[in-house]
Amino acid sequence: MDHLNSYLVLSAILFSLGLYTVVTRRNAVAILMGVELILNAANINFVAFSKFVTHNLDGHLISVFIIMLAAAEAAVALAIVLNLYNDRGHINVDEANALKQ
Amino acid sequence: MADFIFWVIWALIVASAALVAFGNNLIHSVFALMGTFLGVAGIYIFLNADFLAVTQIVVYVGGILVLLVFGIMLTNKISTAQISQSSVQKGLGLLVVLGVVSIILTAVLPHDWVGAIAPLAFAETVEGIGRLLFTDYLILFEIASVLLLGALIGAATLARKEL
Repeated sequence: MDHLNSYLVLSAILFSLGLYTVVTRRNAVAILMGVELILNAANINFVAFSKFVTHNLDGHLISVFIIMLAAAEAAVALAIVLNLYNDRGHINVDEANALKQ
Repeated sequence: MADFIFWVIWALIVASAALVAFGNNLIHSVFALMGTFLGVAGIYIFLNADFLAVTQIVVYVGGILVLLVFGIMLTNKISTAQISQSSVQKGLGLLVVLGVVSIILTAVLPHDWVGAIAPLAFAETVEGIGRLLFTDYLILFEIASVLLLGALIGAATLARKEL
């Protein structure tokens, strides 16, 4: 717990699981969950470097902005997903290949 | 003791994130995601980020997770009870992801980060974050407020029945 590498490995694992979720899932909400995992991995890296390397609060500030961005992204993306469901009756992103049908 | 708790949280994050990535039931994945978010909040505490830990719980667990549950409930037929999800191209995806993560680890781990051994002692971060937010990061802060307003209006407009 007192070494940077344990945080970097955790962050890399979290990022890879998020990336796997994004590339293999077909459900749009599941893909959103993968994006949240990736953003959390980035946040861990920012805060870990802030504590171990730069010794200031810049990393914390960036993490606050990332959390804010994630909240905005989730709200807009879910509104789009709801529209997709109302239009098609499913939220399979493989079949969502037209803006209007 | 603190070391033990750290590794428990570490394992909790990895296990619940794996359930998000590999689970077959969408509802199970969302609740596993809650475990990941709470675990990351614990990691923030180990990283002396008290403000971020609380923000993580309030925004992620209290906000985004509830939004995701709403998204699932509104886009599935609940009466079928089994909300399953499937994955495509698992083998190829696993291959690509393992390649990416091995590149990351081989690039990052051998590097000797300056000061990586001597961590900063705990100090309250709320005052520092507030000070930076209104000095160095003021432009970013204002842009963030505009972005949030845009997201609010955009989401409300998109989610209306009569688009």
